[in-house]
Amino acid sequence: MFSNALIKEFKAIVGKQNVLQKEADRQAYAYDAAVLDPVVPAMAVCPTTSEELGKVVRLCNENGIPLTPRGSGTNLSGGTIPEKKGIVLLTNALNKIIEINAQDLYAVIQPGVVTAQFAAEVARHGLFYPPDPGSMAVSTLGGNVAENAGGLRGLKYGVTKDYVMGVDFFDVTGELVKSGSRTVKCVTGLNLSALQVASEGILGVFNEIVLKLVPPPAANKAMMAVFDDIDKASETVAAIIAAHIVPCTLEILDNSTIKYVEDYTRAGMPVTAQAILLIEVDGHPAQVAEEAEKVVSICKTAGAVDVQAARDEAERNKLWEARRAALPALARARPTTVLEDATVPRSQIPAMIRAINEIAKKHRLEVGTFGHAGDGNLHPTILCDKRDTREFERVEQAVDEIFDVALSLKGTLSGEHGIGLAKAKWLEKETSAATIAYARALKTAVDPKGILNPGKIIGG
Amino acid sequence: MIDLHKLAAMLQELDDQMVTCMKCGMCQAVCPVFRETLREADVTRGKIALLENLAHEMVADAHGVQEKLNKCLLCGSCQANCPSGVTVIDIFIKARIIVNSYLGLPAAKKVIFKGMLTRPRLFNALVAMGEKFQGLFSRPADELLGSSCSKVMSPLIGDRHFLPLAEKPLRMRVPELNTPAGRSGLKVAFFPGCVIDKMLPRIGEAVLKVLDYHGVGVYLPPAQACCGIPAVSSGDSESFEKLVRLNARAFARGEFDYLVTACATCTATIKEIWPKFMDAYPPGVQTMVRKLADKTMDINQFLVDRVGVRSQPAPTGGRRVTYHDPCHLKKSLGVSAQPRTLLQANPAFNFVEMNEADQCCGNGGTFNLQHYAVSKKIGDRKRGNILASKAEVVATGCPACMMQMTDMLSQHGDRVQVCHPVEIYAQALK
Ligand SMILES: Cc1cc2nc3c(=O)[nH]c(=O)nc-3n(C[C@H](O)[C@H](O)[C@H](O)COP(=O)(O)OP(=O)(O)OC[C@H]3O[C@@H](n4cnc5c(N)ncnc54)[C@H](O)[C@@H]3O)c2cc1C
Ligand code: SF4
Ligand code: SF4
Ligand code: SF4
Repeated sequence: MFSNALIKEFKAIVGKQNVLQKEADRQAYAYDAAVLDPVVPAMAVCPTTSEELGKVVRLCNENGIPLTPRGSGTNLSGGTIPEKKGIVLLTNALNKIIEINAQDLYAVIQPGVVTAQFAAEVARHGLFYPPDPGSMAVSTLGGNVAENAGGLRGLKYGVTKDYVMGVDFFDVTGELVKSGSRTVKCVTGLNLSALQVASEGILGVFNEIVLKLVPPPAANKAMMAVFDDIDKASETVAAIIAAHIVPCTLEILDNSTIKYVEDYTRAGMPVTAQAILLIEVDGHPAQVAEEAEKVVSICKTAGAVDVQAARDEAERNKLWEARRAALPALARARPTTVLEDATVPRSQIPAMIRAINEIAKKHRLEVGTFGHAGDGNLHPTILCDKRDTREFERVEQAVDEIFDVALSLKGTLSGEHGIGLAKAKWLEKETSAATIAYARALKTAVDPKGILNPGKIIGG
Repeated sequence: MIDLHKLAAMLQELDDQMVTCMKCGMCQAVCPVFRETLREADVTRGKIALLENLAHEMVADAHGVQEKLNKCLLCGSCQANCPSGVTVIDIFIKARIIVNSYLGLPAAKKVIFKGMLTRPRLFNALVAMGEKFQGLFSRPADELLGSSCSKVMSPLIGDRHFLPLAEKPLRMRVPELNTPAGRSGLKVAFFPGCVIDKMLPRIGEAVLKVLDYHGVGVYLPPAQACCGIPAVSSGDSESFEKLVRLNARAFARGEFDYLVTACATCTATIKEIWPKFMDAYPPGVQTMVRKLADKTMDINQFLVDRVGVRSQPAPTGGRRVTYHDPCHLKKSLGVSAQPRTLLQANPAFNFVEMNEADQCCGNGGTFNLQHYAVSKKIGDRKRGNILASKAEVVATGCPACMMQMTDMLSQHGDRVQVCHPVEIYAQALK
């Protein structure tokens, strides 16, 4: 596909062994975690230094080669599905933690560092990096920044964007653009770092990222509240917040999810419950004790049929196991798992869950819903078999309708999984033609040939 | 020319199993090969995608897929951690049988499996001969570890430090046994496996000593063969089937409560892989295989869970011993506490945990032969963790892991001994 001379240039930059041309190698970069059709790239290139990274970007631009940056390929929106005549730029060898500054509470990292490894290293320094996407054992920080990944602790601690202090990135010509700083406050110039967050690789290729760190909470307490009515569960969420308690985690599991979790774990989950809330408060021990007590009484007043508080670490782990088992339990039920990301204002959670169930019923589909009730971010998970084309058409129809409802409830298309290819066609519905025109103008200005991850977010 | 169409049709049998992979990528977190190479085609998700593509004729380079498929330790780490419950090992072994039998085994493997492993008598004779001549080609490398290295440049051996063939294999020291149950009231059949028989008979002797001490009767049939894992994991189902039948027949003659092995790989193979590939056998053989599989148990598990060996309080100033979890013991069979208990049952030793004790050592049987560079990187990480534990002895329940750790430690001249937990426990018995 590429001329021999060009291939030679790539090899000269990153070394022969880091240019993957064989069919079997390329095919392994044709997909990500989204349920979309794969596209096999012409080549995959794996730079191992910043310098090589910049040179690869420049070479692609000079030769009009579409370029898709890829971390661990765990995004759920097709953000790393490449172009057929393009290359996949692997960032996972750029995995150095350059600095952890315990005094000024920041870290400087390369984009290919795996989130969980970073969090663990930070913890060894007695510090805390809160964003914890469910994929953190494998996702990269570059991917997290590009998707603005969230996690279970989003309610109290925010998401990736709340920790990005600076991003140094290569523009499409291979020039290094510096943005942000190592200070907590910085209002110098345009906030280009913020622009890179959630940009899904269409505006630049990250080279170094500065992330904010915080002191770890001294104590925590987890609780489970069981409801026979999902509306009561949602009211409880609102009541907890209204009482000025901000739990670090506030998760909801609906009845079908609970049933599947119990089927899978046999941990004694309340299978007749219509919903459970899993709640954790953290902070100073005294404050934790007081807040936990309040949470328990709020849950009871709001109509929980049962509230259990974990008495020790083992019990706490047991509660979180149920939450962690949600996806595996659902994933085992049928061959294909379509995990969506509809997000609504907290008060609309009951309406959203009701709508999801009605849509599923209408299309004869099985769905389990769980998610971050505290921030309105729900993951309706449709269980199906993508090989059954008829069924899969119904799935696609249902997904469309779910987004329609989310938008009508003043929600958003994506709370944390990004737009990528999967939801690009929807963007105008949530935003406006003018918004997209502005974004396109920006994209054209910084990437006139459309080299950087074409087709994502704002379409082709 | 290979007929891709036919190959694809065969692989479609695996469709139902492969489709459950939701491409979440979580397997990257635990795959030892991926950790070293960072290449998607080296991790489960990539391999499954390639196999799916081969099954649906979306990839033309079948040899390329074969190469990726074989670049796997079959350690089962991915399967143990897969949220979607994908039966990875089953898929990979079946796929290797289909792909490798279709595209052909490498010549060297053909000779080993078809000509040697399936003929235990010839195998034993060759090994005996090899033992006599090994001095010509190899020289001792490390006295403490009992390892050797090659005297001459040899592409097969390279710079490996290997365990030499024993002067007298276990089979020659103890040709057969059939002792009644003693005071334990239990009787077991013992399956030593090739590595113990031919390279580490001292483990077999320790097993027999321990069983005798606890009054456990032993059945050791004269003719038994390799468990077949090298053959089946290379896709040679024919040789595998022969070996299973040979063994099934050998053990069918005895009466016993359990079949014990001191090799994690053998146990996992007999328990999990034998019954999976027996559909083509006659019903009588199927029953024998099923029965044997149900009775098979790891020696550590047997001693702790059935015989009741308990740990002792740690001494002051005992020798430091650490433990490596073989994948086949922990991830396939869920045995990890018992070997530790056994180590703590010898009052002369202090047990210390090493970091990442359950990370694969990188041996993976034939993986070590085909991908030594990657195998060595994985092994070196294990070595680092062993050294960091400051243990004088590292124990593990799989002779293949012992070979790998011996190689890694010996190449650096580290002063750490490699043992089987049962050896350590046996030392405590008078
Ligand atoms: C089981 C599972 C659970 C998940 N849970 C969560 C969750 O709780 N919260 C959540 O938010 N997400 C979740 N996700 C989605 C996904 O893990 C996140 O989007 C994650 O941030 C992706 O990281 P990655 O390294 O895999 O990036 P990739 O998928 O490889 O890439 C994501 C995007 O980033 C771009 N990119 C990557 N590196 C760079 C770079 N250096 N410069 C510029 N652009 C770059 C890519 O082009 C792509 O557009 C989950 C996914 C799975 C499979
Ligand atoms: S963890 Fe399991 S489901 Fe996920 S990609 Fe790997 S094999 Fe597939
Ligand atoms: S079996 Fe082990 S080596 Fe093979 S893909 Fe799974 S984790 Fe990797
Ligand atoms: S696993 Fe290895 S040592 Fe055990 S019998 Fe099989 S080949 Fe021999």
